[in-house]
Amino acid sequence: MGVRQIGARVQRVEDDNLIRGNGKYLDDIQLPNMTHAAFLRSSMAHANISITDISQAQELPGVYAVFTYDSLPSSLASKTQLQTYPAPIIKQDACPDLLASKEVAHVGQAIAMVVASSRHIAEDACELIQINYSPLPVAVDVVAAAKPDSPLAHSHFKDNIAASLETKIGDVDTAFADCDDTLKLTFKQHRGGCHAMECRGVLGDWQQQLGELTLYSSTQCPYLVRRMVSRQLNCPESSIRVVAPDVGGGFGPKAGFYPEEALIAIASKELRKPVKWAEDRKEHFTATNQQRDQIWELEVGFKNTGEITAIKGHVTHDSGAFLNYGLLLSATTLMPLPGPYKIKNLHVTLDTVYTNTVSTSPVRGAGRPNAAFAMDRVMDTVARRLSIDPADMRQINLVKNEDFPYQPGSKHRNGSIMTYDSGDYTGMLDMVKDMADYDGFRKEQKEAREKGKYLGIGLACFIEDTGMGPYEGVNVRVDVSGNIIASTGAASQGQGHSTVISQVIAEMLDIDISKIRVESGDTGKFPHGVGAIGSRVGVNVGLAANDAAGQVKLKAIKLASMVLDKTEDELELLDGAVRVRSDSNQYVTLADLALQLSPAVAGKLPDGFETAGLEAISYLSTDYMPHSSGANIAKVEVDIVTGGIKILDYYVVHDCGRILNPMIVDGQIIGGVVHGIGNAMFEQMVYDDAGNPMTTNYGDYLLPLASEMPEIHVAHIETPSPANPMGLKGAGEGGTIPAIGAMINAIEDALTPFDAYVAQYPVTPEYVLDLVDTAKIAAE
Amino acid sequence: MQDQQIEMQVNGKPVSGVAESRTHLGDFLRQTAGLTGTHLGCEHGVCGACTVIVNGDAVRSCLMLAVQANNCEVTTIEGIAEEDGSLHPLQEAFQNNHALQCGFCTAGMITSLYAFLSENPSRSDEEIREAISGNICRCTGYQGIVLAAKEAAEKLAKR
Repeated sequence: MGVRQIGARVQRVEDDNLIRGNGKYLDDIQLPNMTHAAFLRSSMAHANISITDISQAQELPGVYAVFTYDSLPSSLASKTQLQTYPAPIIKQDACPDLLASKEVAHVGQAIAMVVASSRHIAEDACELIQINYSPLPVAVDVVAAAKPDSPLAHSHFKDNIAASLETKIGDVDTAFADCDDTLKLTFKQHRGGCHAMECRGVLGDWQQQLGELTLYSSTQCPYLVRRMVSRQLNCPESSIRVVAPDVGGGFGPKAGFYPEEALIAIASKELRKPVKWAEDRKEHFTATNQQRDQIWELEVGFKNTGEITAIKGHVTHDSGAFLNYGLLLSATTLMPLPGPYKIKNLHVTLDTVYTNTVSTSPVRGAGRPNAAFAMDRVMDTVARRLSIDPADMRQINLVKNEDFPYQPGSKHRNGSIMTYDSGDYTGMLDMVKDMADYDGFRKEQKEAREKGKYLGIGLACFIEDTGMGPYEGVNVRVDVSGNIIASTGAASQGQGHSTVISQVIAEMLDIDISKIRVESGDTGKFPHGVGAIGSRVGVNVGLAANDAAGQVKLKAIKLASMVLDKTEDELELLDGAVRVRSDSNQYVTLADLALQLSPAVAGKLPDGFETAGLEAISYLSTDYMPHSSGANIAKVEVDIVTGGIKILDYYVVHDCGRILNPMIVDGQIIGGVVHGIGNAMFEQMVYDDAGNPMTTNYGDYLLPLASEMPEIHVAHIETPSPANPMGLKGAGEGGTIPAIGAMINAIEDALTPFDAYVAQYPVTPEYVLDLVDTAKIAAE
Repeated sequence: MQDQQIEMQVNGKPVSGVAESRTHLGDFLRQTAGLTGTHLGCEHGVCGACTVIVNGDAVRSCLMLAVQANNCEVTTIEGIAEEDGSLHPLQEAFQNNHALQCGFCTAGMITSLYAFLSENPSRSDEEIREAISGNICRCTGYQGIVLAAKEAAEKLAKR
């Protein structure tokens, strides 16, 4: 043994099952006597409803029950979904009724749930339920909805503002008075939905004899689901086990708690049968949280040297119909400002606005891609005004290496003072320019323009706060077979966490990775957990696994010194056994040591051992949040006749501190970049004026496909974070966060001869042609 | 809804069952044949996750009714590995090249590529990207999948 694991390109332990078709996703689980649920959902964006007949549905052969608001059990703490993240600054809090009682607020809101012997029958029965809709005025467009005279998204509110937030650094007024020049820029950001290839799903299995519920959910956060089901159903947390089986992608929207999770639990308990609901793709478009619209209006003050001295502005953020994920998306939009740039004065306000559309919550990166986009658009726009190269513009404004640890003057949403712990922002920019042959491309671009070919290059620099606490614990246990069982609260949706945990433990205990079994995503296996959100799991489980395995190692050596009658210094842990350093044939295996600490032997623990088992638990986490960072370059060619955009190449330099598994990190980055490209060019959730969703299938709503994606070149620098003993920083979202900015800057750069300003994304071919046409008209 | 008696060869073994006329092949394979390796991602024929091979052709099992596959030969992801249980070159290459993360689209990716490469394993990057342009992956950004397809193609060409 003695094989280096941490930092090695170790193949994933998850893969074998998945490539053979042996994965176990939610809809693959079959239980005896299992029944199937389907939901009747609102067909109107805003209306008062009355349910006039459910008898035909109830009488359909195979139907077990039809649930409506009125028939939900009175034992519930509330028939309205409880706020997942309460906050005092929420002025008007709207969470949906588990099933709509009187007023529906978006197309897709659940009105009734049918449970039947098959999904087909349950859906047939939904069609037999009679609903009367009395339409109400709708608020659809977020800008209009933010105005005081707008129709109300919820008729009992005084306006559509859920909450107002702000971030404030320095003294903006004085800085504006002192700057050389100012400019204003306005843009609309539209990030799409979740679109994990596996939709959501829930399977409830209430065991009446035990008084216990097992709830399977394709969730990112099983402990949050347990907490919310416990609160909602008014039953002890210990009577609920939530299991996230193999989950087919998460990307944020699966991190929330949804009415269906409570409803399936209720149905299973009421019917005393397992009840399964697998969301279909149309439901995913109308009932799973999305991210969608933000309108940004910024004013920038700067010196003629290119130094940006002040930014002020306002963001109008579309909450959709409800606020069931609290203000996390709003908060993560403002919090990262001013990004990697040293801007001392900033004041940006944000209104979270209700509309009669699907609720919003974080999608990969949450508000961070929006904030990064804003900053990179500021850089390019000011650079253009001053005729400074965009790369030079960034070098002028980036936080320098000597500034670390750098405090931009803002606060993290957890209340701590924001600190950029470490990095090399300017070095990464130089590096990515070299990779992309930035200067060479400028020459190529000039020559191409002379031939009527429009090439563009776009830059983006970003930071990401990662590894948020409080913890993601790991228990490491050596069992009597000599296998290691690692259990953790962290759930996975494809990030390879089991592999990473195994690597860390294998290195500490010098044991083959195949001897390690990781149990995760199951509240029955580990007491506390958070979930896979905010690029936090690698950092937290990495630290906890390393610490727990380290404790197991100490425990093993301590016991072995008694067994082998040697001092601890004379011993080492090697290849699954504690051995005498001077004679490796004298050893005791980890399995034998585990047996000594098991209850089967001797009737007492060895002297000096206070805890059972050869195991240890750790909740070690990072002291403060480490910041990952990076610099990206996109190269595009824009066809001004068709409006088509070809992505020529994409370059990434990323710093996530000490890398645990470069293969997995590269996978996260590349996949994340493509998600950002999807936002920049393809993904668009469209509503008509009445609030009807117009894009509810993958013919209308476009996702990035292999045929359009460029080769993505990834390089890393590793500046270990001083915030934790392993130097770790997160990597899950660092691909997505800068990608939209790099892409839009590249597209705008290609259209420089037309003096185009890209004011929105996704940039569709139609929009490109509009930009070109506008320029032509202006020239005439 | 009229029930239909359906017989087919799935992964070389006979499968028979009764299904409603409206049952699509994907549901039949998952529910009646118990082969849950085939995943349903959109059920409107765009995402490609449910791709299986019917009489040699890659087919979206959500767009084909089970009755239409009566008496057909079907290969699903569970039938891709070699008879001795060792991995098919495509599966091996998927693991080697980190061509999967959550694994949900993987069955469709592998079956699509299996059918595509069986016609001619010598394929360019561009042809490979085109071949999987009907399969959506939200995790990987496709790069690992293209690399995996090339690696597998080289091995298959030598067979």
